[in-house]
Amino acid sequence: MAEMRVLTAELQPEAGAALKKALGMTAADVVFEVRESGMKGRGGAGFPTGIKWNLAGAASGADKMVICNADEGEPGTFKDRLLLEKYSMQLLEGMTIAGYAIGSSKGIIYLRAEYPYLVPAIMKARQDLIDRKLMGHFILGGNFTFDVEVRLGAGAYVCGEETSLIESLEGKRGEPRNKPPFPVNSGYLGRPTIVNNVETFVNVPHIILNGSDWYRGLGIGENTGTKLFSVSGDVEKPGVYELQMGSTIGELLDLAGAEDVQAVQVGGASGITITAGELERTLSFDDLPPGGSVIVFDRSRDMMDVLENFLEFFVHESCGQCTPCREGNVRLLDVTRSIRDGRIASREELKDFFMLAEIMKLGSKCGLGQTSPNCFVDIVTKLAELPGGKGGI
Amino acid sequence: MPNISVTINGVNRSVREGVTILEACQTAGVEIPTLCYHPDLSLAGNCRMCLVEVEGWRTLAISCVTPVTPNMKIRTHSKKVRHARRTVLKLLLAAHNVNCPECERNGNCELQELAEKHNITVNEFQTSPKPCSFEEASPGVMRDNSRCILCTRCVRTCEELQSVAVIKPVGRSNQVRISTFMDRGLNEVPCTQCGQCINRCPTGALFETSEIRQVWEAIEDPDRFVVVQTAPAVRVGIAEALGFPTDRSTGRMVAAIRGLGVDRVLDTDFTADLTIIEEGYELIDRLKRALADGDQSAVLPMTTSCSPGWIKFIEHKYPDLLPNVSSCKSPQQMFGALAKTYLAGKENVDPSKVVCVSIMPCTAKKFEKERPEMNSSGYRDVDYVLTTRELASMIQEAGIDFANLRDEKFDKWMGDSTGAAVIFGATGGVMEAALRTAYEVVTGQEIPFNGLNITPVRGMEGIREASITMPERMAKGYEFLAGATLKVAVAHGLTNADKLMDRVRAGEVDYHFIEIMACPGGCLGGGGQPIPTTPEIRQKRAEAIYAEDSALHFRKSHANPEIQLLYAEFLKEPLGHRSHELLHTHYRTRD
Repeated sequence: MAEMRVLTAELQPEAGAALKKALGMTAADVVFEVRESGMKGRGGAGFPTGIKWNLAGAASGADKMVICNADEGEPGTFKDRLLLEKYSMQLLEGMTIAGYAIGSSKGIIYLRAEYPYLVPAIMKARQDLIDRKLMGHFILGGNFTFDVEVRLGAGAYVCGEETSLIESLEGKRGEPRNKPPFPVNSGYLGRPTIVNNVETFVNVPHIILNGSDWYRGLGIGENTGTKLFSVSGDVEKPGVYELQMGSTIGELLDLAGAEDVQAVQVGGASGITITAGELERTLSFDDLPPGGSVIVFDRSRDMMDVLENFLEFFVHESCGQCTPCREGNVRLLDVTRSIRDGRIASREELKDFFMLAEIMKLGSKCGLGQTSPNCFVDIVTKLAELPGGKGGI
Repeated sequence: MPNISVTINGVNRSVREGVTILEACQTAGVEIPTLCYHPDLSLAGNCRMCLVEVEGWRTLAISCVTPVTPNMKIRTHSKKVRHARRTVLKLLLAAHNVNCPECERNGNCELQELAEKHNITVNEFQTSPKPCSFEEASPGVMRDNSRCILCTRCVRTCEELQSVAVIKPVGRSNQVRISTFMDRGLNEVPCTQCGQCINRCPTGALFETSEIRQVWEAIEDPDRFVVVQTAPAVRVGIAEALGFPTDRSTGRMVAAIRGLGVDRVLDTDFTADLTIIEEGYELIDRLKRALADGDQSAVLPMTTSCSPGWIKFIEHKYPDLLPNVSSCKSPQQMFGALAKTYLAGKENVDPSKVVCVSIMPCTAKKFEKERPEMNSSGYRDVDYVLTTRELASMIQEAGIDFANLRDEKFDKWMGDSTGAAVIFGATGGVMEAALRTAYEVVTGQEIPFNGLNITPVRGMEGIREASITMPERMAKGYEFLAGATLKVAVAHGLTNADKLMDRVRAGEVDYHFIEIMACPGGCLGGGGQPIPTTPEIRQKRAEAIYAEDSALHFRKSHANPEIQLLYAEFLKEPLGHRSHELLHTHYRTRD
């Protein structure tokens, strides 16, 4: 399967065309269209965008908020950076349509601390839209008002988790909240809030302009639309690729040019590790999490070094609030080093740590601790040199 | 809220809609272990001890924060849940300094108890033992972060109950620690030393600065004359601290302290009565100057000054309102000043040999006694302060069989007390005691409440107000108050004090007299009282306090015979020269 460039197509729809169309519809119809498109959130968790918007639209509470999660922090992902660099008009238009759909006049882009150089371009796009009456007060001469501001994160990975992001926006320590209440009911400053990924918003003008039927024609089954992937590691042509949802990992690697593959990390450090034998698996919410990051490792790599690197990252980035994540990651890192250095006497010794990984998945407060053990389980099970042979626990 | 049906461990239950899974299980008699949960505080959901399984859920549910929904199927001891709890517990223990014998909370530690209940004997996550990390010499409250399990109860206590907010989580991942601005010591930040964090800490990460060793040394030194004073709330806390049900045990407490070998066992209640006289006259004087003389320098409302946590709080946060605070020293400090003057004379001992030891329900009292100005007799008013918990520990160490002690009486000269003094231990008690006396002074009649019980100022409501209208006929010299309505307010817990003082500062209220206690429930809920504390426990202690009041022969401070003798022989008159020198003080602005 070849690339399918929609979001990153050379020729983009005229700025404001989708917004004009949306403003000619009722807010409920806009939400309906997005819901019918079947688009699931592009941040990685895959919550259906239309349902989120519907909940926020129906929530009682003034000053609803549209927040763009541009805290692209998953190791190996850089696809939002491309969108922010080249398609910020589409992003802002998508946020404006979201504002119209849920009844909000205020948007915030929570921008990754490492991306401050993008701020001038985003602000210029905003000003262009305001000048063309596509943002700001009385958009297109009507009653709808919407504006955005850009706020920079401070570098914590956990702030990509939506409730931590909201805490951070409120000037607090970046830590996940208990849910419920969900942000759609009580988010930023207690207001009904939607938090969507950059790519999610960039999809919106295309869905509105071309309709949900067109969108459902892209992808496979319930995995509709296209998806951007940041490909890095041992490939000839690292970069951002746009494919239909449901493409196989092999198809993506063919485009990027990968040889002698040992393993592929799909969905970033918190994602799934697959081996060379699993390249037919699909990039979809039913199989491999299509969060956006795809890291390729050839046979020259020691996967235990890779695992150590991932776990060092999680140990560094756990916010430290809940016990399983705070204390669990560091124990997994310890035992990873023991395995690598041959200090594990028997497979039996590892049992407790697989149990720990399971409890972290089941009992951590947010996605960080719930997914950080994935790499441990995958790599140790499939690829580690253990007493009595490789993997296979 | 209507009831809904849920299933807990296979049994159908009808529970109130909107309650959490934890509350539903507690109502159903199903025990769920918790650590970060505390009934006085907001829900944190961070320790993950209370995980339960809910059918259809991808992850386990945190029972303390998750509301029940109709037909929810909850399992509290499935294989998954049991493994999760054991894992969480092992992780906490692995990161904890498990040198239990060295810990103040050995035997009364929630983590230790859970480890025992869950039979955690082997911990595969245990690495090298964590060393102690005592980090400061703070007068009342000490920390050892090596025992901290990061449940943030202390953080929430400091912020939510006390509006002090000097401790927060700092750093991240397994390097998180509870700390202060720039990691300063608690003595270098606006900590009020109230010790409420200690009362809610599930482990021994927070504890009082102990003076047990110094007190034993004083007792064992034949050259020194050790005088002990006991605060009102200690007598309803000491039995609890020794593992018995909440009860008033004044007589046994006196016997136990005497059994430790001290020279005199006397009562802070005596100086509580004295405070009522001095503070009552100060209030009447301020009222006269403000209402009759039009004296602009007479500041109203007057607030009480017996709670040292409150004093430190107002010095930090409302220094502009310091003129509102009564100039009376707290009963503890009045006692100390008199012990080294009046009592030393009565007992014919050299004041330099007198060691004044206070038993207090309070950790801020340890700070208060260190205030440099508390030495107007030429000696430190108070030498050592022990909390109720420290006293219990000494009684245990001495092998005293508390349960079977016979009641004994306080020694003389400063041992008499009244019901008015006892109720100092409960929020609203100082107000009630002051009204019993002040009303009678200005009207010549008893305050017209059934059995002297001024119920409007009692209770656990955070801020309470009341007003009392004076009769037309007043005692001689107080005619200016005829028909006047005296407005009073009571607040306990510094968050309530904060709210009230905001309104005072804004000029939104026209109270004449305000009682403030730093701790929720008043001194009976003080930072030196037995652990744990909950609204129910504080209610029980309050009931014990009011029962003690009702049982006493004298109910009004001015009726205390030894107080009458003290004035006749030593002080001469309220607000007199000696009173000013020994019993009154001044305050300072703090950053």
